[in-house]
Amino acid sequence: MAHPITEQQAPHGHADAHHDDHHHEQSFWSKYVFSVDHKIIGMQYMFTGMFMAIIGGFFAYAFRMQLAFPGMSVPGWGHVSPAEYNSLVTNHGTIMIFWVAMPVLIAAFGNFLIPLMLGCDDMVFPRLNRLSYQIFLLSAIVLLASFVVENGGFGGAWTAYPPLSAKAEYSLTPLGSTLWVIAVALEFVAFLMGGINFITTMMNSRAPGMKMWDIPVVVWMIVLASILFMLSVGPLIAGAIMLLFDQTIGTGFFDPARGGDPVLWQHLFWFFGHPEVYVVLLPAIGIVCEIVPIFARKKLFAYKTVLFTAFATGVLSFFVWAHHQFIAGIDPRMANVFTVTTVMISVPLAEMMFVIVATLYGGQITLSVPMLWALSFIGEFIIGGITGIFLGASGSDIYFHDTYFVLAHFHYTFFPIAIIGVYAGLTHWYPKMFGRMLNETLGKIHFWGTIIPFNMIFIPLFLLGLAGQHRRIWSYVNFPELASPEMQNLRVFATVSLVIMLLFQLVFIFNFFWSLTRGKKAGRNPYNANTLEWVAPSPPGHGNFAEMPTVYRGPYEYSRPDRDEDFWPQNVPAESSSS
Amino acid sequence: MIEKYLVQASTYAADIDNLVSLISWLVGFWGFLVLIVFFGLIINFRRREGQRAAYITGEEKHQKRWITIPHDLVLVCDIIIIVGAINVWYNVKQNLPEADAKVRVIGQQWAWSFQHPGLDGKLDTDDDIRTVDELHVEVGKLYHYKAESRDVLHSFSVPVFRLKQDVIPGRVISGWFEPTQTGTFDIQCAEMCGIGHGLMPARIVIESAAAHKAWMEANTPTSVASAK
Repeated sequence: MAHPITEQQAPHGHADAHHDDHHHEQSFWSKYVFSVDHKIIGMQYMFTGMFMAIIGGFFAYAFRMQLAFPGMSVPGWGHVSPAEYNSLVTNHGTIMIFWVAMPVLIAAFGNFLIPLMLGCDDMVFPRLNRLSYQIFLLSAIVLLASFVVENGGFGGAWTAYPPLSAKAEYSLTPLGSTLWVIAVALEFVAFLMGGINFITTMMNSRAPGMKMWDIPVVVWMIVLASILFMLSVGPLIAGAIMLLFDQTIGTGFFDPARGGDPVLWQHLFWFFGHPEVYVVLLPAIGIVCEIVPIFARKKLFAYKTVLFTAFATGVLSFFVWAHHQFIAGIDPRMANVFTVTTVMISVPLAEMMFVIVATLYGGQITLSVPMLWALSFIGEFIIGGITGIFLGASGSDIYFHDTYFVLAHFHYTFFPIAIIGVYAGLTHWYPKMFGRMLNETLGKIHFWGTIIPFNMIFIPLFLLGLAGQHRRIWSYVNFPELASPEMQNLRVFATVSLVIMLLFQLVFIFNFFWSLTRGKKAGRNPYNANTLEWVAPSPPGHGNFAEMPTVYRGPYEYSRPDRDEDFWPQNVPAESSSS
Repeated sequence: MIEKYLVQASTYAADIDNLVSLISWLVGFWGFLVLIVFFGLIINFRRREGQRAAYITGEEKHQKRWITIPHDLVLVCDIIIIVGAINVWYNVKQNLPEADAKVRVIGQQWAWSFQHPGLDGKLDTDDDIRTVDELHVEVGKLYHYKAESRDVLHSFSVPVFRLKQDVIPGRVISGWFEPTQTGTFDIQCAEMCGIGHGLMPARIVIESAAAHKAWMEANTPTSVASAK
């Protein structure tokens, strides 16, 4: 079986894929479980991520119920003890960032889209790709196991500050905290492998004719995110091993009694932790940048500006980490430096938002389901962005640090990223992934049923934060200033909104599975889009393209006045122009 | 903004609240402006039969102005915010004015303990008054706190003062506050410190000079009191 691409790519060290291409009849196991196909691996990441999202969402339900109705027996969970509460909030955060946002936004979309959008038949290192997923799956299993061991899962917050996380006598979860650290370290290893693949593939496997400035923004963003991840994660992997040693073999890296320093961990953690925000943000912005031009029929405004602002954000993101530590006991003079860098990072990010808003000007906007998600990303992320300024400014952070204001702020950034961005991408590329269209009406019901309750959850939490309510507290009945009926009403309101939002997710799950078999057949290019994935069949087979595409232009040539059609796919040569 | 929810009980509470208001005006302006433009464009440029979208690359100079002018304006706002933030920060955290009295604040799983100077006004003498979960201070006096921890990280947070400081085992962290009104208010622990983190409430009692003296007299350790 001679895929043209196999020959074309052989010089790029593609021997693995070549070997696998000779398996004509693939068994269920080799096709879906031990697959080296980038699309299947992408699906594996996506389904694992969605499964973890259900667990993370359920955890949120359990602890929000405790906050709204302290001491009640939560349906489906039971009484929430303080230890359980801490474990629930810790692992809600851990799961949503490391096991939902990362695998779905970067690994699932990255794996599925990068080879298709670059016009090649697979990743450069397909087996490394498979190993990456397998290690990721192992990390998920280790994390899930940590919830059921004796004394329960780790409850020292997702930031795992020692000495609490380093000593069982403090955390009271000897096994849970060790498994938590191991799971996180394994997860990083998995993404390092994935990242190597993404970067190498973008550099080496582009379709003939595709220059660097012809690469779709989402591919750029996923690759930039992978680079940021690779550059930032090293210190944290080292830190995780040091923490593991402190827990298990009695070293004292973070133990002041033996010359260690707990604040060292905070530096290692946040040196990774803040770039990590942009690691998941950039792919989500990339997804939005793909969807908006298609449904506005507009060329993306200032393509290069988007990329340059992303580069600037990436570089700056390495110099902002200590804004998480303003009041953590670092030298107070340091706060001045980090205030400057943190507030300045608003400039490139604001510019990205301006670019997307400017793209709408003069468009022909169709409010399809993916477009609704993409636009709501902008609307919600702007709120998340501007509330971040209060926290980056050292003076006001003294008050806001570790209050619900912080919590509401980062949910206004992470929810657009990990939920809205994912739904945008999923509804947009669903026809390509499964060959059928999602139901539009159910999609809109799901959209409004998610967006409205989302705001109703977190606006009350902003108000609670302004009133001084601190985070990670199991019950506020012991704090006279926080136990007022007005504040309790806000907590109940947020919890009820959360339950409504979670229920609406059932609409999506139904739509997803119903459309797999009942949806309208999609065809190759249901949106009249330009990028190369729409050249491949829906769903693309093994090897992706029947005929490997050649690229003639950038990805966003919509509504050119010199053409009859309002789109001009990247692979259509200029001679065949209909005008 | 915050003063609507919570009284201002320290000399710098108003500074922090004013900074918050300043930032609110600036970012609020930008947020509303962008959202209005954003929704305006969505409504204005809905798909109409038979019409075509404009072809705008955004690469030409007169088009780039749509990005570069807001870019410069955001930069100006950022600089204003940075100057305001550093100003407040310097005053509250970096600068340490002369103290009238000192108190020691000790966090541990899961309680706050406080060491007050006794009637002699000096810390670490025999007449020090030690309490658990209740800090007594005198209004109008400038205090230095010495924050310590016995085990894990905690954070000493007094919302009515707008004050927060993490405490770290192995270190003594100093800072200051000056109460401006009497009353009894919450002290919270603001750093996750284990299963009792939510069960670590303490109170700060701000008293008039007379009331504070009376409290000190009533609570002077019996050994010291009987020796006199």
